[in-house]
Amino acid sequence: MRKVLVGIKRVIDYNVRVRVRPDGSGVVTDGVKMSINPFDEIALEEALRIRERGAADEVIAASIGPDDAQQQLRTALAMGADRAILVRADGAIPSMIAARALHALVEREQPLFVILGKQAIDDDSGQTGQLLAGLWDRPQATFASKIELEGNSARVTREVDAGLEVIEVDLPAVFTTDLRLNEPRYVKLPDIMKAKKKPLDVTDLAALGVTAAAQLRVVRLDPPAQRQKGVVVKDAAELVAALRQKGLLQ
Amino acid sequence: MNQVLVVAEHSGGKLNLAIAKCVSCAAAVPDAEVVVLVLAADGSAVAAQAAAITGVKRVLLAEHPASEPALAAVLAPQVAKLAADASHVFGPSTTFGKDLMPRVAALLDAQQISDVMAVETANRFRRPCYAGNAIATVEVDAGCRVVATVRVASWQAAGSGGSAPIERISVDTPLPTHTRFVSVSAGRSDRPDLQTAARVVSGGRALGSADNFALIQRFADRIGAAVGASRAAVDAGYAPNELQVGQTGKIIAPELYIAVGISGAIQHLTGIKDARTIVAINKDPEAPIFEVADLGLVGDLFKLVPEIESQL
Ligand SMILES: Cc1cc2nc3c(=O)[nH]c(=O)nc-3n(C[C@H](O)[C@H](O)[C@H](O)COP(=O)(O)OP(=O)(O)OC[C@H]3O[C@@H](n4cnc5c(N)ncnc54)[C@H](O)[C@@H]3O)c2cc1C
Ligand SMILES: Nc1ncnc2c1ncn2[C@@H]1O[C@H](COP(=O)(O)O)[C@@H](O)[C@H]1O
Repeated sequence: MRKVLVGIKRVIDYNVRVRVRPDGSGVVTDGVKMSINPFDEIALEEALRIRERGAADEVIAASIGPDDAQQQLRTALAMGADRAILVRADGAIPSMIAARALHALVEREQPLFVILGKQAIDDDSGQTGQLLAGLWDRPQATFASKIELEGNSARVTREVDAGLEVIEVDLPAVFTTDLRLNEPRYVKLPDIMKAKKKPLDVTDLAALGVTAAAQLRVVRLDPPAQRQKGVVVKDAAELVAALRQKGLLQ
Repeated sequence: MNQVLVVAEHSGGKLNLAIAKCVSCAAAVPDAEVVVLVLAADGSAVAAQAAAITGVKRVLLAEHPASEPALAAVLAPQVAKLAADASHVFGPSTTFGKDLMPRVAALLDAQQISDVMAVETANRFRRPCYAGNAIATVEVDAGCRVVATVRVASWQAAGSGGSAPIERISVDTPLPTHTRFVSVSAGRSDRPDLQTAARVVSGGRALGSADNFALIQRFADRIGAAVGASRAAVDAGYAPNELQVGQTGKIIAPELYIAVGISGAIQHLTGIKDARTIVAINKDPEAPIFEVADLGLVGDLFKLVPEIESQL
């Protein structure tokens, strides 16, 4: 069975204006909308399309997080994942812990490939895929905007600083998604009903042999420095004059 | 003594300008000995450029034909091997560094700190998260090796004029063949580089077409600026992906940033917060971009941009 493992992280919805708690212990989450990390929706969409093309047989959505992450996994199942795994863990999940847990799942499930997001929009750390590929000692193709499977390898177009890079990797491999890989489908109501019957296994870090201890801790969060609101000028001439005065234009 | 190993990014025999910024960050680590590591097929020229950066103590040059073009899977085992004596291993938060450094961290069983914007102590750093809506202070356990990417927009480039010794070394570690470079399509290079330009003009969805986006390019050329774009403009195909500015594109800190027809979504703003002066041109006076703009101009860009040009 050609399996695909997809990472689904529960994060604060990208439309929410995130605020730091006054005591610096974290960000405000009470009553805040939570969603699937946008890059993970893209990852799942890609996995589904590959399965629909017949190049894979089963799509497994995996999340490391609190019990509530079952909501995001149910959404993933409604989008079309075949089954889901929740690895229960509380608090912030450092990328290395997520990578170790995913690595344990990889050893158990032996997928053809893993697709993760290029970054989670909460920690913005952008590491998990590369960590997993390093731990697993398999190829990585990060920031993918096109994935073409060809037998035992894949040709991946990557969004890099210089432009678009194409690399070829042997499978199994880890891919991470960039924004332009695809546009995720919408979930339809009947699919939400069907998703309730799909398997969602719950396990935890200890059962996978992963210790929750990280070498890295967030000590404090602070709000960013605010920029001063500037002035609105009345026309092009005034703008050019102001820029000349600041020495920014000749 | 903390040995801070900085992994050099380079292409076509040229050291990336981001490396002089990484050196500044590395030098901010207390009691640091800054060592630059050049992995290349033929790296003499790059090593010489690295040796000239002020504050660099030594340059390690390891040549191997497989090291160019750079592939994280090929470079990571070499970096990990050569990091044996390093307390810190830094790379730039460019796509090169973002791809490579976490893989190095995995091989060293270390955890990476992404986008270091400030060094507080040898094991305490500050970095942005939540699209720049929060700044985290993070700490690595004492005695653990620190692997990090340096948020280049937060650091001034170290000067030049140094003359560090260059040490040629060979790395005795098996390199994988499971990852192969095929091609890269580079954009045009006769404009200033977006990540290091002093001036940037960016266009958004309001441009409406790739043809209209030429207006942004013309204006940028007129004032010697690099061209940037919002995600919406890139998604719509008006501009190539490498010009995207923001949380998931490039984080930049030019002297002058001019946002034309860009609303100012939080994901965009996080990419430009460190710009010295922000100018916004938008027909909607309520657009969030005006909350961060030093100078705002309300109106139709198709009328205002030519008017500005005619004043120059
Ligand atoms: C996970 C994720 C990551 C993202 N990462 C990024 C990122 O890195 N960078 C980024 O930019 N975005 C990013 N986005 C997208 C972001 O949320 C916005 O959708 C995007 O920035 C909007 O682009 P825009 O301002 O060009 O378009 P719009 O929001 O549509 O704004 C267009 C603006 O043009 C103005 N306008 C229209 N016509 C004219 C005219 N004739 N003259 C003058 N003004 C006019 C309008 O008033 C409006 O303010 C991300 C989103 C997600 C979910
Ligand atoms: N706790 C998690 N659960 C599931 N997937 C995760 C988790 N953390 C990270 N990932 C995956 O790794 C990607 C990058 O995350 P990060 O390295 O945290 O920026 C995400 O887009 C997810 O696909």
